Amino acid sequence: MGVEVLTNLINGMSLGSVYAIIALGYTMVYGIAKMLNFAHGDVIMVGAYICFCAVSYLGLPAIAGVALSIVGCTVLGIIVERLAYKPLRNAPSLNVLITAIGVSYFLQNAALLIMGSDPKSFSSIISLPALNLFDGALTISATAVLTIFACVVIMVALTMFTGKTKMGKAMRACSEDRDAAQLMGINVNSTISMVFAIGSGLAAIAGVLMCLAYPTLMPTTGSMPGIKAFTAAVLGGIGSIPGAALGGILLGIIEIFARAYISTQIADAVVFAVLIVILLIRPAGLLGKPVNEKV
Amino acid sequence: MGIKSLKPQTRSTIITYAIVVIAFLAVTVLDGAGLISNSLSGQLVPICAYVSLAVSLNLVVGVSGELSLGHAGFMSVGAFTGVVAAGCLARFGVENELLLFVGAAVVGAIAAGVIGFLVGIPVMRLRGDYLAIVTLAFGEIIKNLLNIFYVGVDDAGLHFSMTDSASLGMNQGVILINGPKGAVGIDKISTFALGILLVLITVAVVLNLMHSRDGRAIMAVRDNRIAAESVGINTTKYRLMAFTVASALAGAAGVLYAMNYSTIVPSQFDFNQSILILVYVVLGGMGNISGSIISAAFLTVLPEVLRPINNYRMLIYAVVLILVMVVPHTKIYQRAADAVRRRFGKGEADDAADEVLATEGGEAHE
Amino acid sequence: MSRLTDFAARRRESTKMVPVPSVSIMPERDLGHAPALECLHLGIDFGGLKAVDDFNITVGKTEICGLIGPNGAGKTTVFNLLTKVYQPTRGTIIVDGQDTAGLDPARVNRLGVARTFQNIRLFNTLTVEENVAVGLHNQHHCGMATSILRLPHHWKSEKLYHERALELLDIFDMSGLADHEAGSLPYGAQRRLEIVRALATNPKLLLLDEPAAGMNPSETAELMENIVKIRDRFQIAIMLIEHDMNLVMNICEGICVLNFGKIIAKGTPEEIQQNDAVIEAYLGKQKGVEA
Repeated sequence: MGVEVLTNLINGMSLGSVYAIIALGYTMVYGIAKMLNFAHGDVIMVGAYICFCAVSYLGLPAIAGVALSIVGCTVLGIIVERLAYKPLRNAPSLNVLITAIGVSYFLQNAALLIMGSDPKSFSSIISLPALNLFDGALTISATAVLTIFACVVIMVALTMFTGKTKMGKAMRACSEDRDAAQLMGINVNSTISMVFAIGSGLAAIAGVLMCLAYPTLMPTTGSMPGIKAFTAAVLGGIGSIPGAALGGILLGIIEIFARAYISTQIADAVVFAVLIVILLIRPAGLLGKPVNEKV
Repeated sequence: MGIKSLKPQTRSTIITYAIVVIAFLAVTVLDGAGLISNSLSGQLVPICAYVSLAVSLNLVVGVSGELSLGHAGFMSVGAFTGVVAAGCLARFGVENELLLFVGAAVVGAIAAGVIGFLVGIPVMRLRGDYLAIVTLAFGEIIKNLLNIFYVGVDDAGLHFSMTDSASLGMNQGVILINGPKGAVGIDKISTFALGILLVLITVAVVLNLMHSRDGRAIMAVRDNRIAAESVGINTTKYRLMAFTVASALAGAAGVLYAMNYSTIVPSQFDFNQSILILVYVVLGGMGNISGSIISAAFLTVLPEVLRPINNYRMLIYAVVLILVMVVPHTKIYQRAADAVRRRFGKGEADDAADEVLATEGGEAHE
Repeated sequence: MSRLTDFAARRRESTKMVPVPSVSIMPERDLGHAPALECLHLGIDFGGLKAVDDFNITVGKTEICGLIGPNGAGKTTVFNLLTKVYQPTRGTIIVDGQDTAGLDPARVNRLGVARTFQNIRLFNTLTVEENVAVGLHNQHHCGMATSILRLPHHWKSEKLYHERALELLDIFDMSGLADHEAGSLPYGAQRRLEIVRALATNPKLLLLDEPAAGMNPSETAELMENIVKIRDRFQIAIMLIEHDMNLVMNICEGICVLNFGKIIAKGTPEEIQQNDAVIEAYLGKQKGVEA
């Protein structure tokens, strides 16, 4: 029983790490552009497809596939921002939301046209031996370890980046007050591009990691994890980087435990119910700051 | 008296009803002449359902100013309770299709309204994007719960179960809702005329509510919550009112939608469905009812029209969506629009007056 | 009595009914002895900062009372406390003899406190008339079902709202603007509309937050006349925050001076003008302020 709980916990943390990495992209984009980038989930899918193609069709080594997918998604993120979101910088937020949905449809259907609707199996790409502990009683897959490790590294790197570097400071300034930041000589447009680039690069990593654990790749693969990650970002307090990580991992653990101990069919319902309860107790998420309107 | 001498509000109300009635007449005439293709005539009822959904969601998003991402959830509550209601009525000997439909629609609307009210109580404690994500969460919860819901009817009455269809314990009954397989064996009693009737009712409810004491309160809360409180308006009550009414209307639209097919499954009513309805609302304009009607009808027909280029149609749909949102904000478009306005638009006196107002208004915000 | 004429809010037992709306704009009030407003030891902390502390004041039934003080003294915070936009940390607020403890802003308004805002807060997409009609919301009831079904009571109510709104707008000669969008009005008209909307709620105490801000001298003079006119006509208490000393000294019967969240002086305009603490804290800088 104890081992089973531990296995579930590790699986939960692994899934949660994927959510956390995606949620970081969501939360950073929200923080700076104040928009819900619903196409973010589909960038994950694109990243996974790039890696898949690089390895299966071009015969590149896995690490090169991952690198290629990061580069590809980063470029995609910047292009999408330039073409679809930048003209709407001062438009009502709902228009931006609908545009993001349009981009999401576009990416999904483009992938459908190029790759077809039949699921691709991702399992052939990386094979690492699983870890055996307690005389084989506890098996931890290498993917889980890799995922959790990647999440920790990304978290540390991002915290350092936003806290210590000049670009990071510019990012925080823009998310605090875009106009004031501009008056202080910060190039808001390039900062926003930067954030989209980082977020999309992270999405590529998340895409590869997710497909290692759940190796079926389809054009719609990204949409549900995208929504879950968005949920995670809100759970942690949208706009907060540690919040996204906390929310993601929490969500992953809750989901795996709900699947194991309640019911597979309503695991998602449990996840969303927890979100609702937490938001009712803390309306700005776990680590979010409540904003009071000035009168 | 010409239509131009009416108040803008009355004028837009008349135009809104006229659009629906003219569309109905046009389609009926064209259909009589055999000019409507099969695939399109199959879409007529869904178009009405989506128009009703868009109009009702506009009450939440446009009129009350809250972003709801779970409208399909209320649609599905209406759809499934409506199917159950119709199944029961049929079982107990009601054969008149109109009666069956009205019974189902009323039950569906009430059920969705009640669920909307219950969901709204916690939801209305939140604001902005947090509210949006919670409506999304409720939509997904409703979908998940419907997936494990089994309902059957026999001579002893209704049977419920949340495990499987065998545990319903029925004696020679009919299974109405079969978990993930959804509602099966639905009487396809929705017609285009009933659809138009529902659209008219939905439009009437929303417009009448908007142009009344309570509607003004709802819009006041949207425009400025703190000011609305300061004149004694219970902001939660009016946000909840808009949400509940919209949910009930979505429930009725769900019944219309469901009764057009022999089978519906819970996974149809997912987040993407909610988003689709939201797209209609935003494209038609916030709080603009006739806009919602036109955009819902147009965007439901568009993929059908694009069917000959089947593989590319959703791609084109996506591009159209992005362009419609982005183009009005590009510099080229704005310059062109300015030029057109200068040439054909208002006189110079009007422009001057606008400028005065604009500058004076500008001071107000400093 | 039909519902049509049952215009006064039912909660207010002290309010007399006036059967024909067109004679006087608001029902006459029974002038009892309780003051319009009493504050006892009112205070609020933001973090460790005592933004307002030990605020005591009594405003008579038909008094015009000025609340002045340097920028950041806590004047608007006092208004936010009186209207419960902020919940006080300490103290009691009594409006017309009733304790407002635990009430939200909407309930406080129904008890008889209406206000305007320093940064104008209109319902910008609604018309001028609709803005006032929202102010009349609690003065006359018409249920949702009645409105949706367009029953006769709905039409009667709409007619009543329309007439009332125009009558109130006429105070400032604004009935001609009734169909304009509130957000498109010039600045001065927006300020006046806010006052009309507040009056529509049939208050006993009207709080005006810098009503003359951004107005030129002739507009200010007109505003002064109107404030006095409103008080005389509606027999209500008015409390105003204002930096224009000419306005404050001319129309206020009592003045309360606030500095760093505390009252440093209270009295008539003459007393305030001679008060050393006030001169030091505030009037000493007056030339700079007016320049």
